[in-house]
Amino acid sequence: MTKRNNPITLPDFSKSTRVDKVGVEERVSRFQKRSIKGEAKLQGLKMALNMIDLTTLEGKDSPGKVRQMCFKAQHLHDVHPGLPTVAAVCVYPSMVGIAKKEVAGSGVKVASVSAAFPAGQAPIDVKIRDTRFAVDEGADEIDMVISRGKYLAGEYNFVFDEIATIKEASGNARLKVILETGELVTLDDVRRASDIAMYAGADFIKTSTGKIQPAATMQVTYTMLQAIRDFRLETGIKVGMKPAGGISSAKLALHNLVMVKEVLGNEWLTNDGFRFGASSLANDLLMQIMKVETGIYQSSDYFAID
Amino acid sequence: MERLEVLKTYKIYIGGKFPRTESGRYYQPMNGNGNALGNICLSSRKDVRNAVVAARKAFGDWSGRAAFNRGQILYRIAEMLEARRGQFMDELQQQGSTRAKAEKEVNAAIDRLIYYAGWCDKYVQVLGSVNPVASSHFNFSVHEPMGVVGIFADADTSLIGFVSMMAPVIAGGNTCVAVASENLPLCAVTFSEVLNSSDVPGGVVNILTGKQSELVKPLTTHMDVNAVAYSGSKEVFTEIQQDSVLNLKRVMHFEQDWSQSNAQNLYLIEHFQEVKTTWHPIEDIGGATSTY
Repeated sequence: MTKRNNPITLPDFSKSTRVDKVGVEERVSRFQKRSIKGEAKLQGLKMALNMIDLTTLEGKDSPGKVRQMCFKAQHLHDVHPGLPTVAAVCVYPSMVGIAKKEVAGSGVKVASVSAAFPAGQAPIDVKIRDTRFAVDEGADEIDMVISRGKYLAGEYNFVFDEIATIKEASGNARLKVILETGELVTLDDVRRASDIAMYAGADFIKTSTGKIQPAATMQVTYTMLQAIRDFRLETGIKVGMKPAGGISSAKLALHNLVMVKEVLGNEWLTNDGFRFGASSLANDLLMQIMKVETGIYQSSDYFAID
Repeated sequence: MERLEVLKTYKIYIGGKFPRTESGRYYQPMNGNGNALGNICLSSRKDVRNAVVAARKAFGDWSGRAAFNRGQILYRIAEMLEARRGQFMDELQQQGSTRAKAEKEVNAAIDRLIYYAGWCDKYVQVLGSVNPVASSHFNFSVHEPMGVVGIFADADTSLIGFVSMMAPVIAGGNTCVAVASENLPLCAVTFSEVLNSSDVPGGVVNILTGKQSELVKPLTTHMDVNAVAYSGSKEVFTEIQQDSVLNLKRVMHFEQDWSQSNAQNLYLIEHFQEVKTTWHPIEDIGGATSTY
């Protein structure tokens, strides 16, 4: 959350950088061919654990479910001492108060989805109230959705203003902007929406709600990482990245970390620069960590449900 | 111009797909005449890992199906095997069998599948029980599948041992990772093609080829494997027993001639079942004279 001191000139978003889809696919396939073994793998797995936003965003979420998840966030696998906690728990605004109480003192942040998540189909005053409610309940981070309908209709200014307004309503909370790339469809639009979000004040840009497929494909994440890199070069501001939805295996998580390192560098390899929005990923990482340490393939029967 | 023969690539079978081993290695088992049987995948521990993941994924659907449906599917496997009897007989002969013996073995394998197909929707009734208890409970025991079963198929036969060990496991609602006979692997590989065309959901049966000595450890130490069936030497079985302690796998050692007609029975299904007993509170039923 760098302070923006210098005046920034807004670019013409209709002229955002175009993305070479074939080139992206080619580059992304290479990130998946790195061989990471032994100690490096172990460090990578633990790093990924510490970058997770442990998430539950179901209509059926209950205080009990949220409490259970918050416990898991702080006690990933107590059988194995020395593991990190996850970065944050991510819940609906109505659950923020409960989550905040549960994770108090642990260093685990509470993120709340906002702005009429997941569809974003509500008037701006409702979205502002939604956000303020979450912040008042104690949310450290706000994950807002953009209005994809307006975006696809070409109303970039509307989308920009909306993000800036929510940023203001978020106060000191860190703002993550969900582009819902599965609805934007093309990589050109992913790039443009990323640019709009960052210039409008996003602290993080995030791929998806997890409700739409495809979600966080490596192609999309790569395109957004490039946008982050270019934004940094242009303005000096560091924006974080959060792929969410569809990253459920440790292997895919490691591929993502390789990609972050090679596109943005080590500075982004902490949970201030990179997050995974996931629920089932945590257990797969834990199982892989136990596999590396014991040499024995693990079973999900012996890991807490999340 | 002389025609070039198109040779078959022998692949393994994981999750309903036919990948090559992730290790990229192969071996060449020989028949009695010293001729190589083919380039057979030399599976690695990572293939075991992938196969167990596939078997676990398939377990919920397979065990949750109606028993009758599982029976139909086993019957369908037998039908498909019948249709390919010539191919299996050729492969058995290639591996050193005589024509007459080969025919007998294929017939026995088909009949064995039919036998277990029939048991699918009957074994729970026969094995299950209503138990007398001295309290106001209706107390009953039913058999449920154990989960993922590792199978090291009989080393001395190519088809009948493999089928005889696999069929009761899946008839009972389990999924399995089966390691083919090391020296006689052809029929197990071809059997995967039979499974693939028999309505068997991908992942219910996964078939690996390779060195038993290399695959025993990863499969028997695997925490997500619930039982192991082994046909072979006592020494290896002792090792399997020790490794299985990690998650208390059920282990079964078979030393029998699978080609015999009595090498099939209900208890081979029961070996891979867990008994669940339920105490259901009731009012007294049948008055004071009732035993349950």
